[in-house]
Amino acid sequence: MLFSDLTQEIYFSLSSNKSRSFLTILGIVIGIGSVIAMVSIGQGAAKNIETNIQSLGTNLLVVTPGSQKSGVGTMVRGGMGSATTLKNDDAEAITAQIVSIDAVAPTVSSRKQVKTTKGTNSNISIYGVNAAYQTVKNVEIESGNFITEEQSKKNAKVAVLGSGARDDLFGEGSDPVGEKIRIENLEFNIIGVAKSKGGTGFGSADDLIYIPIITAQRYLTGSSSLSNINIQVSQENLMDSVQEQIKTLLLVRHGITDADSADFTIVNQADILSAMSSVSDTLTLLLAAIAGISLLVGGIGIMNMMLTTVTERTREIGLRKSLGAKNGDINIQFLAESVALTFIGGIIGILLGWLVSWLITKIGGTATNVTSSSVALAFGVSAAIGIVFGYYPARRASKLNPIEALRYE
Amino acid sequence: MIRCEKITKIYQTGDTGLVVLKEVSFEIKKGEFVAIIGPSGSGKSTLMHILGALDRPTSGNYFLNDRNMLELSDDELAEIRSQKIGFVFQSFNLLSRTTVLRNVVLPLIYDRNTPKNERQLKAEASLQSSGLEKDRWHHLSNQLSGGQMQRVAIARALVNSPDLILADEPTGNLDSKTGDVVLETFKRLNREKGHTIVLITHEKYVAEHADRIIEIKDGMISADRKRFSLLKDK
Repeated sequence: MLFSDLTQEIYFSLSSNKSRSFLTILGIVIGIGSVIAMVSIGQGAAKNIETNIQSLGTNLLVVTPGSQKSGVGTMVRGGMGSATTLKNDDAEAITAQIVSIDAVAPTVSSRKQVKTTKGTNSNISIYGVNAAYQTVKNVEIESGNFITEEQSKKNAKVAVLGSGARDDLFGEGSDPVGEKIRIENLEFNIIGVAKSKGGTGFGSADDLIYIPIITAQRYLTGSSSLSNINIQVSQENLMDSVQEQIKTLLLVRHGITDADSADFTIVNQADILSAMSSVSDTLTLLLAAIAGISLLVGGIGIMNMMLTTVTERTREIGLRKSLGAKNGDINIQFLAESVALTFIGGIIGILLGWLVSWLITKIGGTATNVTSSSVALAFGVSAAIGIVFGYYPARRASKLNPIEALRYE
Repeated sequence: MIRCEKITKIYQTGDTGLVVLKEVSFEIKKGEFVAIIGPSGSGKSTLMHILGALDRPTSGNYFLNDRNMLELSDDELAEIRSQKIGFVFQSFNLLSRTTVLRNVVLPLIYDRNTPKNERQLKAEASLQSSGLEKDRWHHLSNQLSGGQMQRVAIARALVNSPDLILADEPTGNLDSKTGDVVLETFKRLNREKGHTIVLITHEKYVAEHADRIIEIKDGMISADRKRFSLLKDK
């Protein structure tokens, strides 16, 4: 039996029962489509998390104030930024005493009402930062400049807008460099706009305004305490040892002997990344498993249809055998038929999944990511389903006794 | 061409065996037109299945062109069916919703010896000899009358120029007039083209169209004779 004969036979048999073929294919379409869409949501979330973490900077350690464990027996932990245990001196000590670090960027942050001269106003996070912050946190500038060392020392009233803050205050895509804004009735000159860091979810890195740290401490927070200290370590493999050194240094400086009751926390960027990606991996797996169930149901649909077809066409199988078809010819014909069903379903399903994930991004705003590996997987799985669920019916067809098959009513 | 030596077929059901054929022996020469006649349950269908390489005897030898069919595997039997034997069934067994031509081509897709480009020509040639009107060739098989369907089936049996055509009650589903047309077609194929034809029937009238009649009763040959009209001629 030639391949061209096989395709022709498949075409004739599938088209002779269009509605049944259509419904069976639909089962596979939904299965494959949901696998593609679900995995794309998971992958999108993973990619999102990765860009978010990457946008924080590389080889980053973040020291935040607040106790890890506030004494024996209690597990109460102070809210982020609520403690005031980190001071400017701590940052300076780290800069001076710890080796193998590239830069130290202490920050203070607080939400303030911001007004423009045009009258728009908005409640935006204000970040007091130094010049090193730009390199530590990978801040890229769209227009103008970032805060310089000189400006941060002189407590100049200058501001760099995040792209989200710019969109809020001056409209999307505008260039407000040179204009003025008022934060807490203080006038600031806008000297730059930062590029969008991309990524959504957990606090956009774009909806903020950077001002020099001394300015922020003097006029906005009124104290020398810090919201956190970002430290860029020079080499990735030194992260752990630097983290230890900083911990020891701060414990000594704060006069704490028991490491468990430290009044600060040091977070390693790698830890965040691995924690987040394990969450998104679990999410992807969960979604894929749910989608996989519908794929399995689709496969059972294939088997059901093929068994019905074999029973229905028993006489035809007997006839084909009497005309000289070998068992193998019959076997391959029915197997190929079920593979063809899943293949067609697979292709349509991939397109549908793609469309669905595109719609999710477009309408739902959730990032999705259709990877070539998930497409390849879906394709492989659909072909495998055709073979697995077609095997039994095809075998049953090929084993039919031609005499009995011809007599079958 | 066909030589059966003491063919016995026993159907085993549980402990008891049902003997359907008892040491049946006969020969059929090339170009003969033979009818095998017997009441239902006489074993004639089983004999046809064995002659058609669909089944194997329990014991005895069946030689087709001096090849012992007892020694062949399932796939080899399929090959024999594909190349040496053409079947015509009582209920036609055409693929419905399929054109006449495609039905006739069907045996050739299982035959490696026929190149694809020759199929159409062969199918047309055998439709020609089966006597089906040319304007029906592209019709769907279920749009035809019973007589026309049986001629399509005959064309299908002829398409790979088999050594032996086996017809199992070919007129069983036809009225007597169209039955006669079909029987005449067999006669013509035998006279003009020299095809060897074995016709299985339970009707004396039908059997009388053949040149030689083998009667089967209770699994044994009860008579093997020339047609009466031929006897009278002598």
